[in-house]
Amino acid sequence: MYQYDQYDQQMVDARVAEFRDQARRRLEGKLTEDQFKPLRLMNGLYLQLHAYMLRVAIPYGTLNSRQMIALGDIADKYDRGYGHFTTRQNLQYNWIKLEDAADILADLSKVEMHAIQTSGNCIRNISSDHFAGAAADELVDPRPYAELLRQWSSFHPEFTYLPRKFKICVIAAEKDRAAMRLHDIGIQIVEQDGEIGARFFVGGGMGRTPMIAPMVRDFVPLDQLITYAEACLRVYNRYGRRDNKYKARIKILVHELGAEEYTRQVEEEFAHLLDQGVEPPRAELERIKTYFADPAFEDGPKNVDRSDPDFAVWVDRNTHRHKHDSYVSAVISLKPVGGIPGDATGEQMRLMAKLAKQYSFDEIRIMHTQNVVLPHVKIADLHALWSELHAAGLGAPNMDTIEDMIACPGLDYCSLANARSIPLAQRISERFDASGKTAELGELKLKISGCINACGHHHAGHIGILGVDRKGVENYQLSLGGSEAEDVSLAKITGPGFTEDGVIEAVDTVTDVYLAQREGEERFLDTYRRIGMEPFKEALYG
Amino acid sequence: MANTDLGTSPDDVQFRFREDEMADHGAVTVDAVLEQSNASAVRIEPGDDARLLLPFLDRLALVEVNFPSFADGRGYSVARILREAGYEGELRAVGDVLIDQLSHMRRCGFDSFAPDKRLDEEDAKRAFATWDDVYQRSVDGRTTIPELRHE
Amino acid sequence: MKILTGNDLKTGAVVWWDGSNWSLYVDRAADVGDQGEEIMAREEALRRVNVPYIVEAESSEDGVRPAHIKDRIRALGPTVRQDLTLKPQDPEAIDWVI
Repeated sequence: MYQYDQYDQQMVDARVAEFRDQARRRLEGKLTEDQFKPLRLMNGLYLQLHAYMLRVAIPYGTLNSRQMIALGDIADKYDRGYGHFTTRQNLQYNWIKLEDAADILADLSKVEMHAIQTSGNCIRNISSDHFAGAAADELVDPRPYAELLRQWSSFHPEFTYLPRKFKICVIAAEKDRAAMRLHDIGIQIVEQDGEIGARFFVGGGMGRTPMIAPMVRDFVPLDQLITYAEACLRVYNRYGRRDNKYKARIKILVHELGAEEYTRQVEEEFAHLLDQGVEPPRAELERIKTYFADPAFEDGPKNVDRSDPDFAVWVDRNTHRHKHDSYVSAVISLKPVGGIPGDATGEQMRLMAKLAKQYSFDEIRIMHTQNVVLPHVKIADLHALWSELHAAGLGAPNMDTIEDMIACPGLDYCSLANARSIPLAQRISERFDASGKTAELGELKLKISGCINACGHHHAGHIGILGVDRKGVENYQLSLGGSEAEDVSLAKITGPGFTEDGVIEAVDTVTDVYLAQREGEERFLDTYRRIGMEPFKEALYG
Repeated sequence: MANTDLGTSPDDVQFRFREDEMADHGAVTVDAVLEQSNASAVRIEPGDDARLLLPFLDRLALVEVNFPSFADGRGYSVARILREAGYEGELRAVGDVLIDQLSHMRRCGFDSFAPDKRLDEEDAKRAFATWDDVYQRSVDGRTTIPELRHE
Repeated sequence: MKILTGNDLKTGAVVWWDGSNWSLYVDRAADVGDQGEEIMAREEALRRVNVPYIVEAESSEDGVRPAHIKDRIRALGPTVRQDLTLKPQDPEAIDWVI
């Protein structure tokens, strides 16, 4: 994986010093909260419901064991012993003190990590496929392109006060495991006539106005990638709406102009920028690529011993096909039954670090579904790995099942939330685990958001739940039919909302409709798409 | 509105990275530049299209870019667009210009600064010097980190 | 009653105005009547509190209870981690929130 050189280290260190100075000026009263807020946000520091929250960037979801250990140690030293992995492959600490924040950033910089641009109206952490560099079905490893974009977008002088936040995702497979088209810019690395290039989708997003990004360019040559991104951003910075926070995302600009007109403006700007020398030298991409070379894979057994049924279930659910047939990618579920989705203790982080070192060439990935991946595990080592995970309560065999739901922190932690998300997630996983229905339902993506900002991706859930505030009481809307994958679609609301108990019943009800109606190997989503909303509505409200 | 009393006065300029004489012409609006031919100083507001000025760059000695709020980043694109088009006159950031925006403004081509409220000199000096090296090519002519790596 | 809350500038901790100081405990919150804006402006300028705001609440023999669930969660802590709340030993504390 990528390693900093002196320049990367110097940039991060300069940022730590800058933030230390900003925090000092805030505490001395030289900066008002209004002036300080965007500065602290650009260093990942929020003021949340109970305390400051620090969001640490995990660029394209990749980290090594030393970094994971540092994350665990920070949880113990500065926080309350745990952290929360997010839907953008980052980590959040919930109980941070402003006076400690610069010290934490300094600790992070020692392991080549930072919290740069994890919030604020700037280009955020670049996300990617969690199986990048390992998946059997990828064209190339998308991470070198993501790293190139990371450096370009860090401290970008022109794009630090955009109309609104800006999220970029890079993938390189037909299968979309990163919700690529629900980003402000989604980039798919593709091959055309034997050349590798980038396909650009612009103007996707969730939030209160969910939109699927239209394609604006089917092929950008690799030596123009940064220039094209710069053109996309400049048109947005100049013309994105600034009169209304809720209409300020690029999706609204693209929607209001129309994809065609937006594309025309980007192409015009692109033609201009091509003469400005903004593209880094091509040798830089090649330099970055050397860091992502395959580890030294060895041939070994290609099948597992399935005599332990618990292990066999976990293998079936939680491993993913690797490009080397003696390896798999193994998913460590952070969704134990009744647990808090995405939370991990400092101790668990250190354990996962140890296992990564032992079994996965020192590599770890964070999934947007708030789980952890060991990308390169020898099939011969799988049982040993599983035994350790199982013993530590990290062996839940539930990837992509209803128990593997995404849930935002909700009203338990978030000052924007209208309702709690976590208790719903806990109760649903307990209920489906107890009834044994989880396995029968197969792939079923449940996504829960505690407010309209949709951090829990409810628009993209096969089943989505949105928490709202109804006269001071938590209320939940149910929606069906969303997908964040290559068959991307936006979920539709079933009808009137439910109480907390009511929505849990409702989830059970819609899964019963599916089980009664499904044909062959259909997933919940497939059945919904075939039979439509009516049968579900009938069962819910009939 | 009178065309001559829109802009800042030379006294408002706190930082200036130019050797030439400071223009003392009052700045006019972008519309005024388009309509009349003799103005040599213009003031750009966030909603203005800076590219409309490109035919007139030769006779402009001062361009003021107004930041009514530091959080409105359109002025950064304005600055780069003018410099990319070859504008060499004074490019002045005016309005809600604060310490922590100085380094980026400088990178986008601003070479003079007239903040609404005078800034702490020491803090500003540190802010201008925040980045020893930079990742992106911009109009400040700095050699970028990717370039330094492959020299 | 009207009470004041905010976060401690340095630590971020949720605090409530008790009439002369900022307390971690909502039960100590003082009724500020129509003085809220004035106290907030003063205390914010002194940097003794960050982002303060006024909250409607009810006072009874059981203590002070903010009208909105969000402020009750702020007053106690996350309902899903009772061990991290101000009342880790009191099983009824979560019911007070909801």
